[in-house]
Amino acid sequence: MTLTYYLVLAAILFTIGAVGVLVRRNAIVVFMCIELMLNSVNLTLVTFARATGTVDGQIMAFFVMVVAAAEVVVGLAIIMSIYRTRRSASVDDANLLKY
Amino acid sequence: METLSAEVPLPAEGLLGWSWLLIALPLAGAAVLLLGGRRTDRWGHLLGTATVAGAFLLAVLCTVQLADVEGRSVDVDLFTFISTGELDVRAGLLYDPLSAVFVLLITGVGSLIHVYSIGYMAHDPARRRFFAYLNLFVAAMLLLVLGNSFVALYVGWEGVGLASYLLIAFWYTRPAAATAAKKAFIMNRVGDVGLALAIFVMFAQLGTTSYAGVFGSVGTLAGGTLTAIGLLLLLGACGKSGQFPLQAWLPDAMEGPTPVSALIHAATMVTAGVYLIARSAPIYDETPTARTVVLAVGAVTLLIGAIAGCAFDDIKKVLAYSTVSQIGYMFLAVGLGPAGYVAGLAHLLTHGFFKAGLFLGAGSVMHAMDDSVDMRRFGGLWKKLPVTFATFGLGYLALIGFPFLSGFYTKDAIIEAALDRDDVWGWVLGGVAVLGAGLTAFYMTRLMLMTFFGRARWEPGVHPHESPSVMTVPMVVLSLGSIGAGFLLVKAFPLSDWLEPVFGEHEAEHVVAPLTVGLVVTAVMLVGVLAAWLFVGRREVPDTAPVRVSPVTRAARNALYADTINESLVMRPGQWLTRALVWVDNRGVDGAVNGLAAGLGGSSSRLGRTQTGFVRTYALSMLGGAVLVAGALLAVTSG
Amino acid sequence: MNDVVIGTGETVAFWILGPVALAGALGMVFSRNAVHSALWLVNTMLALGVFYVIQEAPFLGAVQIIVYTGAIMILFLFVLMMVGRDSSDSVVETLRGQRVAATVLGIGFAGMVGAGIARATEGLVVTGLADAQPEGNIPAIAESLFTDYLLAFEVTSALLITAALGAMVLAHIEREPGSRRTQKELSRARFLTERPQTLPGPGVYARANSVAAPALLPDGSPSPESYATGIEPQEIDEMARPTGRGQLGSPDAALGTLDPAPLEGPAGGDRP
Repeated sequence: MTLTYYLVLAAILFTIGAVGVLVRRNAIVVFMCIELMLNSVNLTLVTFARATGTVDGQIMAFFVMVVAAAEVVVGLAIIMSIYRTRRSASVDDANLLKY
Repeated sequence: METLSAEVPLPAEGLLGWSWLLIALPLAGAAVLLLGGRRTDRWGHLLGTATVAGAFLLAVLCTVQLADVEGRSVDVDLFTFISTGELDVRAGLLYDPLSAVFVLLITGVGSLIHVYSIGYMAHDPARRRFFAYLNLFVAAMLLLVLGNSFVALYVGWEGVGLASYLLIAFWYTRPAAATAAKKAFIMNRVGDVGLALAIFVMFAQLGTTSYAGVFGSVGTLAGGTLTAIGLLLLLGACGKSGQFPLQAWLPDAMEGPTPVSALIHAATMVTAGVYLIARSAPIYDETPTARTVVLAVGAVTLLIGAIAGCAFDDIKKVLAYSTVSQIGYMFLAVGLGPAGYVAGLAHLLTHGFFKAGLFLGAGSVMHAMDDSVDMRRFGGLWKKLPVTFATFGLGYLALIGFPFLSGFYTKDAIIEAALDRDDVWGWVLGGVAVLGAGLTAFYMTRLMLMTFFGRARWEPGVHPHESPSVMTVPMVVLSLGSIGAGFLLVKAFPLSDWLEPVFGEHEAEHVVAPLTVGLVVTAVMLVGVLAAWLFVGRREVPDTAPVRVSPVTRAARNALYADTINESLVMRPGQWLTRALVWVDNRGVDGAVNGLAAGLGGSSSRLGRTQTGFVRTYALSMLGGAVLVAGALLAVTSG
Repeated sequence: MNDVVIGTGETVAFWILGPVALAGALGMVFSRNAVHSALWLVNTMLALGVFYVIQEAPFLGAVQIIVYTGAIMILFLFVLMMVGRDSSDSVVETLRGQRVAATVLGIGFAGMVGAGIARATEGLVVTGLADAQPEGNIPAIAESLFTDYLLAFEVTSALLITAALGAMVLAHIEREPGSRRTQKELSRARFLTERPQTLPGPGVYARANSVAAPALLPDGSPSPESYATGIEPQEIDEMARPTGRGQLGSPDAALGTLDPAPLEGPAGGDRP
């Protein structure tokens, strides 16, 4: 058992999040997948903090959480307003900006 | 033998200093007539005639004065024409016996033809424009013969080309005339390129283009260069004079009004080539190769013209081919070198008289026959047009070399000069010239018989009438020249004496006695006349040309396929080349540009299709990019 | 620097919680129901929070559980409740090749990154945080946060207030005072109609399914999108409805929060 296991787990979680972004159409679920990706990054930060013996990695993870919180607030507000005008939370329905 | 023209001429004094007026007068006439517009319609023809007549008087006075000048050569320096770098061209005139002869011919015959044109063009609404162009031509032609450098000659050369073009296309609404003018202009360009190149070579090699400068340093040039200059000058001469292989334009030029044919395409402009070669005598004296080519060109053209002349039914075309043939004689003469210059120029002068007279006569006939030129619809005109018949007949006799008329003296002189070479080529050239004389007699007799004798085969409604005196008087004057000019120039006041300062003294050593030559030529001429009478005069002339004829006749009718040769050798390949270039331009150059644009446009619109508006598609491409970056990093760090 | 050996307890915890986290992630992606997805994500986040605690970051572990699983995921659920389920919940893929490409790229990406991590961390020496946080995790983080990262920390406050304001602006609906009808008024309006009862579902009273008959919206008005392009639209033939079209009791009028437009005039009055 080494720290690499954590890192590989984080990588797998990140990938699952990314694939989720690609395959899910509900904007809220897509958002959740993004949160999953952020969380997997946090896991690597914490793991590396432990490996290097400094708390800087934890501070980074802390800031990531803050930013994620802000992002979720704004993002969900945007989803709300889009839903209010388009009656849909599907990311595929908002496809007017194209050729 | 030694040429004297290399000496620097004396500066002009007295009346000769005003010789620039010779050019300025007709030029001013042309300017007034062209710029004055319709206001000058009423008196324009009188002004045009007056300027040329004034130039003639001035030329006579100048020439009389020239006879007293030592060396009979004066230089009239006018102004700096071009001065750039090493090129310093002074515009100036050279008045010497050679140019004097030409000036007298141009202004003299020119005046008569102007007078004739007053009557001939009386009913043409554009008569003023006609006289303006004629004046322009006279001015350019005088500049051509009076200029003291090759550049001045070239300016005049192009000027007469322009005037010729304008006058051939005078009735430009007729497609035939417009086409003929274009043909003449383009074929002349071919020759002009040769002349221009010759001048460039002179400047490159000698740094000067003036006659005095070039002829003074001819000896310093390498043989090859001299030959090149000689051949290039010959190309120019061939273009302007309608010589083989550029002879095809001259007969077509007969689409112009008849006075134009008489003045430009018989008497003066087409002899400019002879003038050029005679003027460049110091060059040709040094390069036998180029001179041989001149001889060959002259001999070939002589025969081509004579053969083609036998077959045509268009009176003006027969005369045109006769002109081609006679200029062939002149080229043959000047190609002989010192022995032939004077003979060639003498023939040029007498030819100027009788051929101009013949053309004016033809114009008079056309005038009487409602502008028809088909000899098969003439016949029996001698009673209706007595004056025309008399003057035309005298010109005819002079042309075929009837004893003691003009042509007899000058043509015999050329044949004698050819035989005097005393080698095989001399006999060949002499033989060709004699044969040409026989053919000349044949086709001219045919023309006379078909036009003036036999049954009247007129078109219905044609009522021939004699031309007004304003037309007949010039014809009479020219016929007098046809009678006497030869005797005057050869026997009474030998032209060789007058031109001695230019060409030096040449003692002819006759191989064959002149009397023998005269008898032989006369005999051949009589055979030609007899043959014509047998073939044409004895039997009825059909109204339309027979269709079933021998291949020789068919070839002659097609002018020995000159147009066909030109078209297949030059025009078709040119068209193919043009088409190929157009194709390359359209498909290759434009295609590359348009293809590039279309490719960019197409690919961008196709790439634009990838902008589907679906966020998830974009995210997929981002993930693909991330995979690529990760792979690249992995590859780099593992490598 | 002393090399810290990872203990057996941690190993056991990893092998238990790791699959839990993975299962949560997969469950989130594959759940049809968005609420289930959110719950699966909570599962993963809790596992991660435990990992943080194990990895000598108890503060972050607490924050993870409180902020992420507590606050943020609750926010997600709020929004889900407001939006409700809709067709986007379907897991049928509409973009051709998207799922295959996403799978291939995902596996490729995981392979690349996994291989990279494995190679890069081969022989990674675990220093441990014992020296970095002798007085415990929270004092160490606090010290670092309020010294080295003070500026970033302060800027974070600006970020949060901006996010709060932004959310308010985006989610706020301007409505005239008093225009919002109370539930009491709505219910009274409904019971004042001829037949007080709940609204029928769409299509219940339709008598025709020809192409010329436009579809009816839940309030009984014809849907303009369903007009046949080649045929003159027919008069809608339907049974008498308990609540008339455009009456105040219609569903969209009741849900004035979502679409105030039907209140402007009688529904269906815009038919050509």
